[in-house]
Amino acid sequence: MSFYLLAGFFALFVLFLYGPMSSIFVLSFQGPEGGLTFPMRGVSVHWFDVLFNSQRGDAGAAFRRSAGLGLLVMGITTLLSFAAGLAFRRKFVGSGFIFYLTVISLVMPGLLISLGIGQLFQIVGVGTNWYTSGLGAHLTWTLPFGLLIMFAVFGRFSRSLEEAARDLGASRWKILVHVTTPIIFPGIIAVALFGFTLSYDEIARSVLAIGTKNTLPLEIFNMTQNVTTPDLYAIGTFTTVVSLLVILISLWSIAFIQRNRAGTPGKQ
Amino acid sequence: MSGARRISGMRLERVLPYVQVMPLAAVLLLFLVVPLVFVGLLSFWEFDDIQYYPSFTLANYQELFASPLTWKLMADTITFTAVVWLLTVLIGFTCSYFLTFHIRTLRVQILLLLICTIPFWTSNVIRMISWIPFLGKQGVFNQGLIAVGVIDQPLEFLLYSDFAVIVCYVNLFTLFMIVPIFNSMVKIDLSIIEAARDAGANSWNILTNIIIPLSRSGIVLGTIFVVTLVMGDFFVVKIMSGSQSANVVSAMKNEIDQLYYPPAAASAMLLILIVVLMITLVLRIVDVRRELVQ
Repeated sequence: MSFYLLAGFFALFVLFLYGPMSSIFVLSFQGPEGGLTFPMRGVSVHWFDVLFNSQRGDAGAAFRRSAGLGLLVMGITTLLSFAAGLAFRRKFVGSGFIFYLTVISLVMPGLLISLGIGQLFQIVGVGTNWYTSGLGAHLTWTLPFGLLIMFAVFGRFSRSLEEAARDLGASRWKILVHVTTPIIFPGIIAVALFGFTLSYDEIARSVLAIGTKNTLPLEIFNMTQNVTTPDLYAIGTFTTVVSLLVILISLWSIAFIQRNRAGTPGKQ
Repeated sequence: MSGARRISGMRLERVLPYVQVMPLAAVLLLFLVVPLVFVGLLSFWEFDDIQYYPSFTLANYQELFASPLTWKLMADTITFTAVVWLLTVLIGFTCSYFLTFHIRTLRVQILLLLICTIPFWTSNVIRMISWIPFLGKQGVFNQGLIAVGVIDQPLEFLLYSDFAVIVCYVNLFTLFMIVPIFNSMVKIDLSIIEAARDAGANSWNILTNIIIPLSRSGIVLGTIFVVTLVMGDFFVVKIMSGSQSANVVSAMKNEIDQLYYPPAAASAMLLILIVVLMITLVLRIVDVRRELVQ
C-alpha cells in the first residue's frame, strides 16, 4: 500500500521534473506561423533555421565559445582536482583551510564572484575575456565539485594495490600511471562530466566576468527577455541535446569500464 | 636503494602534497579570495555617475542599512528561501525514502537516482523557460483545467508571480536535496529498523526516531545547497515574477546594471558575511569529508 503511494509520488516528481522540459522540445518544432504556446500550427524546423541563419543574434558563435570554454574548464578541472585529490590523501599543513575555501567557493553566490573578478580585471587593466577572467570564474564553480568527487573516489580506493606495486619495485610514477589512474578512471570521467556541463550552462559566474562576447547561456538569457518566438525553444532544444549527448557519453564510458572490469578475471 | 636516495624520497614524500595541491589553491586564491577581498575594498569606495575611485567612506553601508528597501529585500529573500527549503526537504526526503526502502535492487536504485540527477547537468535557464508554455494563460495547465471543466477562466496567478518563482525553484533545486539525503539514508543499517520493529515500534516511531536522525547530515548538506542557491539566484526571481519580485542578489544586479558598483559591493559584503557564517557553522555540525568517503 505505502509502496504504491510512494511510487506514485515519485512518478509525479519525475513528471514535474521532465514534463515542462519536454513541452518545449515539442514546441521548438512549431510551424512558421506558430507561437510560444500550444496548439502546434504545423510541424517544421523553421525556428532552428531562424536561430542559426538570422542576423539578429549570434547563436552559432556563442555555442562555439561555450563549447571551447567548457572543454578548457573540463581539462583544467580534471587535472587540478586529480592532483589535489592525491594531495589530500596525506596530512599536510593548510589542508583544512584549502578544504574550507573549496566549500566557500561552492556555495558563494556566483554573481558575487563574477562581480569581484570582473571589476578586478578592469581595474588592473587587463580587461575581461572568456578565456581569462571567464575561465577563472568558471573554475571556482567546477573545482569544488571535482575535489569532492575525488574525495569520494579516493575514499573507496584500496591503498594495498599501490603497496603491492611498490613491493614489486614499481616507481612512484609507474604506480600513478599504471595502478592508481586506471582504477579511479570512472571517477575522473565523472569530474570531466561535471567540469564540462557546469561550465557550459553557467550564467551567474559569466555575466560580469566573461567580457563583451557572450557565451551560449548568456545569449539564451538575453533572448528570454526580448524574444517572443519559438526560436527561444529551438535554442533550448539544441543546447539540451548537446548536454544530453555529453551526459550519455560519460555515463556510457563509466558503465563500459565497470562492466569490462567485472568481466575480466584477475582485474579489480 | 642507497641511503641518500631514501632520504630524498622521504623529503619528496613530505613536499609532494604541497606541489599537488598548489594549482588548485592558486586558482582559488586568485579567482575567489582576491576578487572577494576586492569587493570588500570596493564597498568603501566613493562613486559618481561616471566612475568609482579609491577612498574610505561608510556611506555605502549607511545607505544600505538605512534604506527600508534593504530590509524588505531581506525579508523577501528569507521568505522565498524558507518556502523553497520546506518544499524541497519534504519532496527530497520522500523520494529518497522511496528509493532507499522500497527499491530493492541496486541497479534500479541507480537508474532512478540518475533520472533525478540528469537535469542537473542541463541548462537552468532552459528548465526555467520551459515553465512559460506550461503555466501561461494559454498554457498546458490552464487549458487542461478548462477542458476538464474545473475552471472556465484561465488562472492568472500561475505565471509571472511568486507562485511561478517558487515552482521554478523547487523544480531546479530539489535534486540537491535528494542526492545527499539518499546518500545518508542508504547507509542506515536495516537491522536497526528490524530490531526496532521487533521491540514494538510502529512505522511512525521508526521514521522519527531512527530514519530522520540518521539522515540528518544529508538533510543539512542539502539545506546548504538549496539555501545558497535560492539566496544567490537573480534571474529566476526576475523572469518568473515578470520583474514584480526581487531578492537581495537581483537588486544587487540592478545596481550593477546602473553602474552603482560600490553600493552593490556593500550588499555583496552582507551576503558574503551571511554565507561564510552559515558554512562555518555547518562544517562544525557535519564532517563533509567523512560523509563523502563512507
